[in-house]
Order: sequence, then structure tokens, then C-alpha cells
Amino acid sequence: MDANEYVVRTKGLVKEYTMGDQTLRALNGVDLDIYRGEYISIMGPSGSGKSTLFNAIGGLDKPTSGSVFINDVDMAQLDAQELAYLRCHTIGYIFQTFNLIPVMTALENVTLPTIFAGLSTDDGIERGIELLKIVGLDQRLHHKPFELSGGQQQRVAIARALANNPSIILADEPTGNLDLKTGQEIIALLKRLNVEQGVTIISATHDLKMLDISDRIVWIRDGRIDKLEERKNIELKMGEMEGEPVH
Amino acid sequence: MSVDKPNAHVSHREVRQQIKLPFSKAVEISLKSIKIRFARSIITAAGIMLGIAFFASVRMSAEFSVIHEKIVNETVAAFQAGKLHHITEDQTRMISSATTDVKAAKQDALAARERLDWLSIMALIVCTVGITNAMLMSVTERYKEIGTMKCLGALDSFIVKLFFIESCLTGFISSVIGFLLGWFIISLVHIFTDGLPAFGAQYWTSSLTLFGLSVLIGTFLTFIATIPPAFRAAQMPPAAALRVEI
Ligand SMILES: Nc1ncnc2c1ncn2[C@@H]1O[C@H](COP(=O)(O)OP(=O)(O)O)[C@@H](O)[C@H]1O
Ligand SMILES: [Mg+2]
Repeated sequence: MDANEYVVRTKGLVKEYTMGDQTLRALNGVDLDIYRGEYISIMGPSGSGKSTLFNAIGGLDKPTSGSVFINDVDMAQLDAQELAYLRCHTIGYIFQTFNLIPVMTALENVTLPTIFAGLSTDDGIERGIELLKIVGLDQRLHHKPFELSGGQQQRVAIARALANNPSIILADEPTGNLDLKTGQEIIALLKRLNVEQGVTIISATHDLKMLDISDRIVWIRDGRIDKLEERKNIELKMGEMEGEPVH
Repeated sequence: MSVDKPNAHVSHREVRQQIKLPFSKAVEISLKSIKIRFARSIITAAGIMLGIAFFASVRMSAEFSVIHEKIVNETVAAFQAGKLHHITEDQTRMISSATTDVKAAKQDALAARERLDWLSIMALIVCTVGITNAMLMSVTERYKEIGTMKCLGALDSFIVKLFFIESCLTGFISSVIGFLLGWFIISLVHIFTDGLPAFGAQYWTSSLTLFGLSVLIGTFLTFIATIPPAFRAAQMPPAAALRVEI
């Protein structure tokens, strides 16, 4: 992996929401470079702008100013069809509320992005089964979302996010609706996919369990990056506390 | 288990356009939607079904009066020409009811039928508005699903297609059922009043024409009714997928 290769870069990202005559600055100048293949967590209290950043990086909402580059492509230059292509092929999305299509089975949900990518039905189904096997749900292929537990639904969602081999997985509070143990399992699964498949994982969260497995942690507060930590340094700091001087 | 490495093929030069999906895929997904949301589909369908049933019954009654008059005229003519020696019980009943009709009463009946025609058209318009309303509600309910589909790579045109196919299928099926309902009831009534002679070739041709007309009108109106909801759905931002209800 070329460490200098960035998969996502944001420059001076500002997002303002206008409601009536009030303007709220949800993002206030965010510069963030994300390496290909890393697991990066965006941490911060509720309302700090994590989801807004998620929207901007995922091409789901246009920033007020500043730019987002995905694989060196300026997102602002893309038209609707190119954006749709990007969402379909380059980014996989995972949501707090799982967002499986309720009328479709687990397998159909995972197959859907492959249909949008133009894969044949047979190839899509083969791919779907393979992915559901990876997330450990090959015994639940034909279950509808409401027949699955929260953790299982999120696994299906993760399989669906991987359907078209994206370079990036964007997750917004992926453990927010799960209990502690299930949340841990989902985090472990994401880390495994990060290591095994080399997919970059960008996860907005306020779940401290994420700290252990993230390569880097972006602390965000009031729409600004508060600090950016590497896990190595966190571990060093822990060492520091035990009396070993650093710096 | 091996999966290909992530694709990094979106570069400066090569930004590709999202493909358009084949129609059959949209039909497949729409059918699932109708099947699962059966209750909601029934409500949407019920409006157009009843409207078409009313329309079909009014039109069918009119057809029966025409058939009725024709039979009476033919029978009387045949009798006067001396070709007919025996008149059946049904024919007697039809002629007696026709001859008691004075001209004024006939005109009254005609005016009443016109009023009914208007009423059935009004009913259909009301149904159309009802469908628009029901579908708009269903768009609001499905914002998350629509947003998610867009996140997965659906184009706006695909979402529009989904809604149109879904509503046209519903409209078609409910028009067929609606027609059968109205047609059957009126036919049943006329078996008892006019008897079997009314059910000749003309009955079947006018039934068939009316069937075509009913299905055409029903499907077309459902299609028109879906235009606002379909475009509302297509405009749903993909970020809607993230919204968390409290
Ligand atoms: N669609 C919106 N319209 C108006 N304000 C919004 C909208 N989305 C988010 N906000 C505001 O922007 C700020 C950041 O929100 P968000 O990015 O959702 O935070 P987080 O995900 O970290 O909890 C909050 O103050 C929130 O109220
Ligand atoms: Mg959030």
C-alpha cells in the first residue's frame, strides 16, 4: 500500500444549514486526508457534525464551500449520473438504522447494488451469497429484514455495502442501535473486512469501543477538527502514563 | 474466501456515468413492492376500483337500454309484419314496459342517464385525487427506502420508473376488477328484468368495448395521479437515508 495515496481529501469544508433567518454552521472548515486502506473513526459528541461530514464525503449533500476529493476527483465537478456511479461503485454506505429495503430478502438486498452496477442476475446472486457467507449469514439468505435481529440486519447492510467492491466504506454510527455485545461483533467484522479486503473504513461514531481498532481517530467538535490521533500515539501515551518519557 | 481488491478506477480522466437499468428489473422490484405493501396497495386500488365499477355500471345500463329498445322495435316490427306468431313471456314484458313509456318519460330517463354519466366522471376525478394523495403519503413513508436506493446507485429516473410501474400495475388490476364488479351486477339485474333475449351478440360486443374503455380510463387516470408523487420521490435527497426518527 502506498502510504501517500489518499482515498479521500477534504479542503476547507464548510456546511451551513439555513432555517428561517438562522444560519447554523455544522462544519466549519474541515481539512482531512484519509489514507487508502486505513480505518479511521470520526469521534465527537452528538451534534458535533459527524453526520454532516459523512454526507459531504459520501456525496449525499453539497457543502456550502470547500471541496471533497474522492480518489483525486473533485466531487463538485460530477454531474448527477457520475455521482450515482460513484455512490454505486466507489462508496459503500452503512447506516445507524440499517436501512435494508423492507420488501426484499437479505440476498435481494445485497444483490440490489449489483443490479444498479449492471451485473447479470446470476452473477449478482453468486456475489450476494459469497458476501453473506463472509458476514456469516449464509443461513439467512431468504429472510426478510423484519425476521432478522438488529445485529443480523447490520451484517446484511455491511454485505450490501461491499457488493460492488467499493474503495471506501462510510459508516454513520454503525453500532448506534445495537447492544454492547452485538456492537462489538459489528466492529470486529468491520475491522476484519478492513484487514482482509483492504477497504478503507470511515466510521462516524461516539462509541468508544471503536478506539481500539481504529488506525486514526479524528476528534471533531462544533464542526471543527479538535485533534487527530494515531493509535500508535495513543498507545505511547498510555506508556507515558506508566512512566516512560516520550518526545 | 477471496474477493477482488477494491476498485480504484475512478480517476481524473475516467469518471463514468451510471447505467440505466433494464425495464424488467424495475418491474420486478415494483411487483415486490406491491405484494409486500398489500394493504396500502389495496387502499390505492380500492379508489380506482370503485370508480371504475360505478362507471362501468352506468355505461352498461345505458347499453342495456339501447339493446332493450332495439329488441322491442324488432319484435314489434316482426309482429306487425306477421312474421311472428308466438311472443315469449320475456318479449311481452319488454314490450309492455316499452309501450307504457310515453315520450316525456323517455326523455326523463335520458336526462337521468346523462346525470349519471356526469356523476361517474366526477367520481373518477375524485378517485384520481384520492390516489395522488395516497401515493404522496406512501412517498413520505418510504423516504428512507428511496434515499437508500439512491445511495446504492439508483438514478432519479429509476425511482420515477418504480413509482409509475407500481401504480400502472395497481391501476390496471383494479380497473379490471372494478369493471367486472360493475358489469356483473348490472348484468345480473337485467337477467331478471329483460330476461335472456337481451344477452345476444350485441351484449357481448358492447361488454367487450366497455371493458377496454374502463381499463384504459382506469390505468390512464392512475398514471396521471402518480405524476406528482413520482417526481416528489425522485427529488428525495439521498441524505434522507440517514435521518433517524426520534
Ligand atoms: N438537515 C439539517 N437541517 C438543519 N440543521 C441540521 C441538519 N442536519 C444537521 N443539522 C445540525 O447540524 C449540527 C450537526 O449535526 P450532525 O452532523 O447530525 O451531528 P452528529 O452526527 O455529530 O450528531 C447539529 O447542530 C444539527 O442540529
Ligand atoms: Mg449523526
